[in-house]
Amino acid sequence: MRDRFFRLLALVAIAGLVLAACGSDDAGETPPAASDGGTTEPVDISGTTLTVSNWDAYMPKSVIKDFEKETGVTVEYAIHTTNEDIMGKLTGANGTGFDLVFVSGPFIEPLVGLGYAAEIDHSQIPNIANLDPEATELAFDPGNVHSVPYTWGTTGICFRKDLLSETPSSWEAFHTAAPDTEGKMTMLGTDRWLLQPALLTLGYSVNTTDPAEIEEAKAWTMEAKENLLAFDDTTFYSKLVSGEASLVQAWDGWCEYGRLEDPKNIDFVIPDEGSDLWVDNMVVMESSENKAAAHAFIDYILRPEVGKQIVEFTFYKMPNAEVMSAVDPAVIEGYPTLAISPAELFEQEVQTDLGEEGTILWTETATEIKA
Amino acid sequence: MSTATAPARRVRSRVWGPRIALLGPGTAWWLVFFLVPVGVLIAYSFFSRGPYGGVIYEPTLKNYARALDPLYVGVLWTSVRVATIATAAALLLAYPAALFIARASPRWRVPLLVLVILPFWTSFLIRTYAWIVLLNPAGLINRLLRGLGLVDESLPLLYNEFAVTLGLVYAYLPLMVLPIYASLERLGPQAAEASADLYASPAQTLRKVTIPLTLPGIVAGCIFVFVPSLGNFIVPDLLGGGRTVMVGNVIQQQFLQARDWPFGAVLAMSVIVLMFVVLVVQAQVLRRTQEVEHGRPA
Repeated sequence: MRDRFFRLLALVAIAGLVLAACGSDDAGETPPAASDGGTTEPVDISGTTLTVSNWDAYMPKSVIKDFEKETGVTVEYAIHTTNEDIMGKLTGANGTGFDLVFVSGPFIEPLVGLGYAAEIDHSQIPNIANLDPEATELAFDPGNVHSVPYTWGTTGICFRKDLLSETPSSWEAFHTAAPDTEGKMTMLGTDRWLLQPALLTLGYSVNTTDPAEIEEAKAWTMEAKENLLAFDDTTFYSKLVSGEASLVQAWDGWCEYGRLEDPKNIDFVIPDEGSDLWVDNMVVMESSENKAAAHAFIDYILRPEVGKQIVEFTFYKMPNAEVMSAVDPAVIEGYPTLAISPAELFEQEVQTDLGEEGTILWTETATEIKA
Repeated sequence: MSTATAPARRVRSRVWGPRIALLGPGTAWWLVFFLVPVGVLIAYSFFSRGPYGGVIYEPTLKNYARALDPLYVGVLWTSVRVATIATAAALLLAYPAALFIARASPRWRVPLLVLVILPFWTSFLIRTYAWIVLLNPAGLINRLLRGLGLVDESLPLLYNEFAVTLGLVYAYLPLMVLPIYASLERLGPQAAEASADLYASPAQTLRKVTIPLTLPGIVAGCIFVFVPSLGNFIVPDLLGGGRTVMVGNVIQQQFLQARDWPFGAVLAMSVIVLMFVVLVVQAQVLRRTQEVEHGRPA
């Protein structure tokens, strides 16, 4: 009796496994069919639901409420903590579950490759004309075929003027510590930014996949690690405010969060070797059954009076001249990284996808550095 | 079992009905939420990463070969070492505490136990951040030590393996106290009293009577601390400053940063195998204690 029971159990388990495997197999071969891609007729979107996933606190709640009021669309606003997080959710659900997602540039190519990203119908987004010309020729998606830039910026050194004897000007600062920075620096720990100071100092591309160049960058970064307080992606600016750190690798907008708390002493610099241009984008999902509302949302975000609220809330620049000229000049004066011009940003190298081998090599290198 | 008579069948049906009713929900839960996911994980570990992430259903063993790279074996070793030290430290702290609670007057036992589980009322993440506030060079502990003149310069308490171990001990200490308390409670004071009547010193009683008889609780507590410590990736990230990498971090990196689910699955499997070994050890210890309790066959 007991044997039979267990045999039954085993059977059920195996059936479950086979079902699970078949389910994902089928789904893997047939990407979800496009529903209304490419229509230009105005569609009544009121009463529909739009599921969006974005980073936390990356958009004021009022913007979403106003959009709901104006269009009658209900916005389900989900949060992801990192690009990797939303990629995991999408891969696990085979590209379904969201109508519109916010991701950084290097993730556009994988989203397109996996068949998850829909083509953007420019005719449904008249405000796309507000984009800076630079934002329409980004290396990861020239012509905005699959993505519309939301915000952009660069990575640099955020530091405490009062704790340093001289203003940092080079990524080398992490590598050759001074008495006032030794053990008081943090670097970003995510793969893409972890190797960047090394690659830029050594004169290599921030998108390199050459094993020899990465090996060199690894050695540089491991030497730099000895001088660091920690690798930190989330609280580096508060370490700066508390004085635990005097110099940190930081995204421009996050440095401004530090300046918000200590406007007198915290400053930001793009090192002489240059930096990256990162772009966060809006991508409509191919599986979406409400592409019309997704397009309407993008169009809404690109309006000057809406974008202005986003910039003043996040301290990040939008690649949108109309928006930037609508921003309160006092805000730009108080948070000078907002004044970095599109031309200056465009001198930095755009981060793109590293490909299969490259991604694996970069992650392995990051593990080696931290282990 | 071959030919069942009528009465026997009646008995069986009477027994099996409620049995299935009682076992059903738990078994279904276990199947759907444990066995199937683990099965999927095992299946993934034999496939390949797609060019953009995801899984391609081409069977391969290369993920297993890659896991033998000294880099990953080293990370696994670090994890086992840190988890072992954390478990030992938790045991040293928890045993006296559990003993104290078990010996306290019944009136005090419940409040004391509530104090033990009190930390669980707040988010684990927030409690871990709280340690950053305590341990940092300008933090409370260092200021106190400097203020008392015990140290001249701030001690490096944060962003190293010490901080990771401390964070793990703190996080899982209640899981050590509770099973030890339960087995002390079950043991009752009689054995210790008998031991004292036979002129054993308190130390001898503890060593030769109390500890051996509460071994099942000790082993259970050790497993409750060791297993989650081994897989934890939040504490190494926050308190280790990303400079101590444990296997949980590597698994997380493989699933997220590298989008290499098959390789992540292999690393997860290695942790499952390790835990299986630990459970086998526990079963052995339990069997031996039972032999002691019920008298060894001569």
